Amino acid sequence: MQGTLSPARVAMPAARTAAEAVLNVRDLSVTFATEKGPLVAVREVSFDLRAGETLALVGESGSGKSVTSLAIMRLTPSAPRVKLGGSVQFTDGKGRTRDLLTLEADAMRGIRGNEISMIFQEPMTSLNPVHRIGDQIAEAITFHEKTGTRAALERAAQLLDQVGIPDARRRLSAYPHQLSGGMRQRVMIAMALACNPRVLIADEPTTALDVTVQAQILELLKELQSATGMAVIFVTHNLGVVAEVADRVMVMYAGAIVERGDVVPVMTRPLMPYTQGLLHSVPRLDPEALGREPLEAIPGNVPDPLRQPPGCAFAPRCRHVEPACEAAMPALEEADGGRQVRCRRWRAIDEAQR
Amino acid sequence: MANFLFGRLLQSLVLLLIVSVIGFAVLHLAPGGPLAQFALVPGLSKEDLARMAHEMGLDRPLPVQYWEWLTRLLGGDWGHSYRDNRPVLDVIAGRLPATLELMGAAILISVLVGAWIGVMGAIRRYSTFDMLATIGAMVALSIPTFWFGLIVIYVFSVHLGWLPPGNRTTVGGDGSFLDYLHHLIAPAAVLALVEVAIWSRYMRASMLDVVNQDFIRTARAKGLPERTVLWHHALRNALLPMIALAGVEIPTLLGGALVAETVFTWPGMGRLLLDSLGYRDYPVVMGILMFSAVLALLGNLLADIFAAVADPRIRMA
Repeated sequence: MQGTLSPARVAMPAARTAAEAVLNVRDLSVTFATEKGPLVAVREVSFDLRAGETLALVGESGSGKSVTSLAIMRLTPSAPRVKLGGSVQFTDGKGRTRDLLTLEADAMRGIRGNEISMIFQEPMTSLNPVHRIGDQIAEAITFHEKTGTRAALERAAQLLDQVGIPDARRRLSAYPHQLSGGMRQRVMIAMALACNPRVLIADEPTTALDVTVQAQILELLKELQSATGMAVIFVTHNLGVVAEVADRVMVMYAGAIVERGDVVPVMTRPLMPYTQGLLHSVPRLDPEALGREPLEAIPGNVPDPLRQPPGCAFAPRCRHVEPACEAAMPALEEADGGRQVRCRRWRAIDEAQR
Repeated sequence: MANFLFGRLLQSLVLLLIVSVIGFAVLHLAPGGPLAQFALVPGLSKEDLARMAHEMGLDRPLPVQYWEWLTRLLGGDWGHSYRDNRPVLDVIAGRLPATLELMGAAILISVLVGAWIGVMGAIRRYSTFDMLATIGAMVALSIPTFWFGLIVIYVFSVHLGWLPPGNRTTVGGDGSFLDYLHHLIAPAAVLALVEVAIWSRYMRASMLDVVNQDFIRTARAKGLPERTVLWHHALRNALLPMIALAGVEIPTLLGGALVAETVFTWPGMGRLLLDSLGYRDYPVVMGILMFSAVLALLGNLLADIFAAVADPRIRMA
């Protein structure tokens, strides 16, 4: 199994300490041109991703987390309908650093599926129904590594085995409809890993799966990550999953980062009222919480992206709101423990909750 | 598969029976009859006509006539033409190749050209090409085939003299392949026009449906070049519904062939049908009707089989 991985990758430390950054995202903005005017789906998002670490991108539907991940791959619809701003510096296996947003289409294709791969939310519809899964996996290998079909299929069989599909060699000739959702997601993962990527973007990879399968897929991703040393961007709205897999968390709201930091402090002592709301709305099963009070929900809805409030985007739903919040968008401030939070009142709120 | 085929065969037989009953009834209930043309011939009295009708068996009740026609047909006897007394099967067999040639050419043109226009329109949605193709398809669908045929003859035969105005070969010519092809161009193009329009619209819709599917995004995420994504991943899926369309369009094409053959004096089944209808040549008309019905059913059956071959999801079921 390990034979499929290049020795350099295996030797790389899985721990994130002192690892070099593979991705430096600066002021990434995504603007859709709509009939009602420009819609800013992602506003000035900046972050670094280091080899071997897992960064969770958390937020509600419409928070811009999926668009952010698609923009890094440049898989958003092309201009003039969609405008990408900022820069995405990617350092490849040869140590070259390039801005993905300005890269030529051809060079970008050389990176997609090769150095950065992606798996999606819907395993049921993400595979081509008329092609055999072996061919679908081998396709990326023959294209990126210019190997022959036979060698690529051989590799595909090893990959299927590696992602835990029994009887892998025989499954090469299966069609997607012959596999269950969990199996299809494993195929998607095998496909994404085919060329030993440095970065794997997983866009809600377990959302469509039932809970036991979810746990298996998360376990598999963790194993593969520690074996390959790849960096993972994990897009999800499921905080349980975040606690399970992430090293660092980035919470997004209305297209902007509102809080980020290491997973333990953010999950145990969230500073931004939105993050607090998210955590409170997770059902708890411990005896203390059971049957005591109804589950808390965050009142209201995500603001209409075409009519963003001038100040803090969360202000209309925030219980700690004060007039200053609605005047101007607060900046992303440094908080303790290397954390950042976009809230002018975080100190007062934190103080009051202790 | 064997079960499926058997079921379809049974279905087809029932359908053919229904077609024959309706066809027979409508044909015989239409005013006039095979003898109407003799009504004004001097020297033929009403009694003479009645005697002729009796000899031909036309004075018996319709169900009796139908039953006789059907039992003979099942015995392999398609009857004889009223006009020249030749066996119906011979008459049709003499005309069938010309019609199949014309229809085959029209299908080829409509599938290749129509599908190509549809795919290009879907890929470059809302481009100038797409706009023009959309308008062109609307125009093509609105143009009556016989009128368009006459325009083609007027422009390309009368004015420019590029194409022959009719017939399948040059009378007294060498009968070479090129001569056949030269005669085929105009009628095939006229017959294909509407089909090209239909195919381009369906193909465009199907392709647009497919390019927005998740697996196309997956193919792009693999880094595949756009032409592989479109022609290998998208087109294969977009063509699946087209197979059913091809089956459905065969009867439409037969109807169109009737008009095109008349305009271009094409010696095929369509013109034979029209002539036979004029003479109320019941056996020949019924023969053509049954032939067309079989052709349509066969087209649908073939479409279903091809669909099963092309789509792994159906194959397994």
